[in-house]
Amino acid sequence: MDRTAIDVAHMLAGGMVLVSFMLLYQDRMFGLLNVFALHALVLSLSVAWQAYIQDAPHLYVTAAIALVLKAIIIPVALHRVVVRLGIHRTIETVGGIGPTMLFGMGLVALSMVVMLRATAAADPLAREDLAFALSVVLLGLLMMVTRRNAVSQIIGFMSLENGLILAATGAKGMPLVVEISIAFSVLIAFIVIGVFLFRIRERFDSVDVQALDEFRGERE
Amino acid sequence: MITLLVHLPFEPTTAVLVIPGVSALVLAFLPGYRLTARLNVLATFLTFLCALSLLIEWPAPGTYLFVDDLNVVFIVLGTFVGFTTSAFSASYIAHEIEIGRLTPAYLRFYHAMYQALMFAMNLGLLANNIGLMWVAIELATLTTVLMVGIYRTPESLEAAWKYFILGSVGIALALFGTILVYMAARPVIGEGHDAMVWTSLIDKASAFSPEMLNVAFVFLMLGYGTKVGLAPLHAWLPDAHAEGPTPISAVLSGLLLNVALYAVLRFKMLLAANQAAIAPGPLMVTLGLLSLIFAGFMLYRRRDIKRMFAYSSIEHMGLITFAFGMGGPLANFAGLLHMTMHSLTKSAIFFAVGHISQAKGTQKLSEIRGLTESHPLLGWGLVLGVVAIAGLPPLGIFMSEFLIVSSTFAREPLLALPLVFGILVALGALMLRLGDMAFGKPTGSTAPVEASYLPLFAHLALVLAAGIYLPGPLVTWFQNVARLLG
Repeated sequence: MDRTAIDVAHMLAGGMVLVSFMLLYQDRMFGLLNVFALHALVLSLSVAWQAYIQDAPHLYVTAAIALVLKAIIIPVALHRVVVRLGIHRTIETVGGIGPTMLFGMGLVALSMVVMLRATAAADPLAREDLAFALSVVLLGLLMMVTRRNAVSQIIGFMSLENGLILAATGAKGMPLVVEISIAFSVLIAFIVIGVFLFRIRERFDSVDVQALDEFRGERE
Repeated sequence: MITLLVHLPFEPTTAVLVIPGVSALVLAFLPGYRLTARLNVLATFLTFLCALSLLIEWPAPGTYLFVDDLNVVFIVLGTFVGFTTSAFSASYIAHEIEIGRLTPAYLRFYHAMYQALMFAMNLGLLANNIGLMWVAIELATLTTVLMVGIYRTPESLEAAWKYFILGSVGIALALFGTILVYMAARPVIGEGHDAMVWTSLIDKASAFSPEMLNVAFVFLMLGYGTKVGLAPLHAWLPDAHAEGPTPISAVLSGLLLNVALYAVLRFKMLLAANQAAIAPGPLMVTLGLLSLIFAGFMLYRRRDIKRMFAYSSIEHMGLITFAFGMGGPLANFAGLLHMTMHSLTKSAIFFAVGHISQAKGTQKLSEIRGLTESHPLLGWGLVLGVVAIAGLPPLGIFMSEFLIVSSTFAREPLLALPLVFGILVALGALMLRLGDMAFGKPTGSTAPVEASYLPLFAHLALVLAAGIYLPGPLVTWFQNVARLLG
């Protein structure tokens, strides 16, 4: 495989890690949605590039799903949810931007160390792609943990899922990638519909058991 | 007609998937709860029969589906509990319609989702492809999320949301692990489908890169472990059990947790087939013990009856994971037996609890008193169930727990201490609560409730029978599976 192809693939995958960092420090709802749309756009470019260099036309379907659904439809839908729930002015306290960013850097370093060591045998393209993908996944998890609001948790989850799609398309010749990306889209569509229909408000999306126990009869 | 049947290619593996799949579609459009509830029972019964026929003979592994000694245990157990739960669900739902907690439209949805869940679980168990298995488990998660939130109260939506988020994270981690397994298999098996097919993966696992497999297993263990309800990742489980309809609690504990565990076991076998990879046992043993002890203590703090039994499920899944983590023929045998007994007992308990909370109009432990006096059959059913789940002789769980403990003592005496401690802590909590619930002066409504006792006592009878005498063929069968698990 020629050098440029690999370089472009790495540039796009690295771009996703960068955009994941941008997601981490967004403290306004609309800013968050726009950056997420950018995240999905970079993903679809990256998948399309993989489709091109691997000569795997079915991956264009995955790229198209990423572009249409995640870069356009879902951000627009969430935009409306945010306006309707009246949380567009919310400025979230993320628990300190500085520490979160530092922690995020630590996670990226961790995933580089783990993946590059574990995949020493794999080809260089897949190898570094996987390391980037794991960084995106971990940064998505970090975002879900540090945010308190349902909409930003969804964004965190979707960025995590973008990382998975990146990993799946980087694994050359992996079957079922399109099917898996569709299954994931269904999942996400359900989440978005859930928020939209049931007006799930802030608060109870916390992973903190205590908050939930207090909510319902478990307290004395 | 008969000639038509002869020409129809009757294939139990496909039938186990087609029956629930078609019923889900049909039930989504049929009105009237009496009819649909009966159809639901009929469909699960037919699925169970097809699953039974798999015991006699199963087809050779295909590209997408396969049956072997291991998954046939899960399928037969799963379809059986699915069938009895649908029978319980029929009478439970009748009451919910009466008091107006469910409307007919939601009921159609409920039945369709029930069958969709059966489909997804059977697909997950039968899948011969790690990607397909992942999709099936994701589908199973989705259907249960929708059913947990079906009452549309703030609490149930909240529980569904939490389950959704944690379940999705688990599912996402499992997918990353799945991709890594494919990456490890690709250089050996070659690109494309074969590198995701179980039967070829397990054959060639010894040549995979061990580092990749190690990293993959950590992700798979955490991902599917979330769905098993293992301790640091269990937070969704009590809420999902407490806020949804009780039949769903029974299916969650009796079936879905097992399906996730099945996925973990499959990948454990894959790692065991590779000499250079880490031993998956210690990770499973640690998570299992942690869940057991944590849940044992949490049992004391419960004030909601369904939540309490949800924590008891975490405790038992911990115990089962521990047993499989120990490995070896005896511990695996004990783990399998314990899994079977736990599924039967826990769903029986939820059958009783469902009717009890309907009779008393509450799930609060403090408002449920003197059941053996006010509702003798239900009360004694619950007593028997709790005695069984706490692991007292002569019931089945006593035997499987005894086997787990004694095999641990024989091999790792130090691990046996926390194990016994955890079991005793849980026993104490359950007995304490049982005394309050079952005996004393009855509180609340003493009006009789229309209940279906057959599923409840059928399960308990099986558990009792297994505790007294295990038939020879069953023992040999389980021993075979235990050897297969390594």
